[in-house]
Amino acid sequence: MHEWALAEAVLSSATEIAEKEGLSEVTEVKITVGELQQIEVDILEFALSQLKTAKFGKTKFKIETKKAELKCRVCDHRWFFGEQKIDRETAEAIHFVPEIAYICTRCPECGSPDFEIMQGRGVWLERVKGVK
Amino acid sequence: MVDPRISSINESLKEIRNIITVVSGKGGVGKSLVASTLALTLAKKNYKVGLFDLDFTSPSTHIILNIQGLQPKEEKGIVPPKVHDVSYMSIIFYSGQYSLPLRAADASNALIELLSITRWEQQDVLILDMPPGISDATLDIIRFVKRIQFFIVTTPSQLAYATVEKLLDLLSELRMPIIGILENMKRTSLPSIEAQVEQKAIRFLGDLPFDEKIEEAIGNTEVLLDTAFARKLEEIVSKTPLF
Repeated sequence: MHEWALAEAVLSSATEIAEKEGLSEVTEVKITVGELQQIEVDILEFALSQLKTAKFGKTKFKIETKKAELKCRVCDHRWFFGEQKIDRETAEAIHFVPEIAYICTRCPECGSPDFEIMQGRGVWLERVKGVK
Repeated sequence: MVDPRISSINESLKEIRNIITVVSGKGGVGKSLVASTLALTLAKKNYKVGLFDLDFTSPSTHIILNIQGLQPKEEKGIVPPKVHDVSYMSIIFYSGQYSLPLRAADASNALIELLSITRWEQQDVLILDMPPGISDATLDIIRFVKRIQFFIVTTPSQLAYATVEKLLDLLSELRMPIIGILENMKRTSLPSIEAQVEQKAIRFLGDLPFDEKIEEAIGNTEVLLDTAFARKLEEIVSKTPLF
């Protein structure tokens, strides 16, 4: 699963931040997961637990999911991606590359494919806490 | 907030010894055909080769190589399938036959996503087929990918070369390694751009003929490698220190 690649990326970034801030131990890592990519949080958590290094031995990984909100650039209408029905094959493609949403999503008001993903796109590292 | 994908890009590319980016200032000069044929030529010489089509809105290498019925393998990321002895990756595996309208920021996001989650096996060289110009994709590659070299394609047209000069100036300013400039679609009726390239102190790699038969070779790699275009590219490759 691609959650493993994302978990590896999160740990690599968190390690960089911890080293930059001189943290000997990381106590908390806050991660935001966007709904658009339909990440399986359980798998992400498992991957984090398997891939973590000694620096993350006692780390609490806090994972928050965010709804994917879209805004039409033509008529300014805002809506949530979760409101539309998509087939399994497309959902899987979006899982790997969220921008594939531009193939199947149109503004429910004006039909435009020109919209902005306001929030809920991918995986973000919100903060890294620890002790020096 | 930090985008965790950024720090994993070079980790994902760690098994690759050399990265050649096929670029041009202008579209329609034959970048994809050069990138695909270069990949096939190097694979024929027993190098381990990867080809990554980074033109997300107008991908075409899958048509040149006749990629059908293949998908990347999911294995803690995605592993590109191998076709014609080349490990191949394209957004086409996800976008299929549909049009994918992407603004620059979205194309950039897709590029970062695929660069960070694609697990390349050990390769002697990875060839990147780029969209034209010096906008997001080129800037992203320069920003995120270490150890890249640029392989520039132009045509004898002054329209194409004028845009290539701008690309060259940017790459030179950023001190990016440039393998050289290849002149594609050469016709005897037009003067070569060789002298102009040499004025810039950049290596002129050679010219590829305007090949009337190239269209018939699209989708058939055996026919493609037997064209005057491919034979000349192979000759140029053998005398050029690519890596």
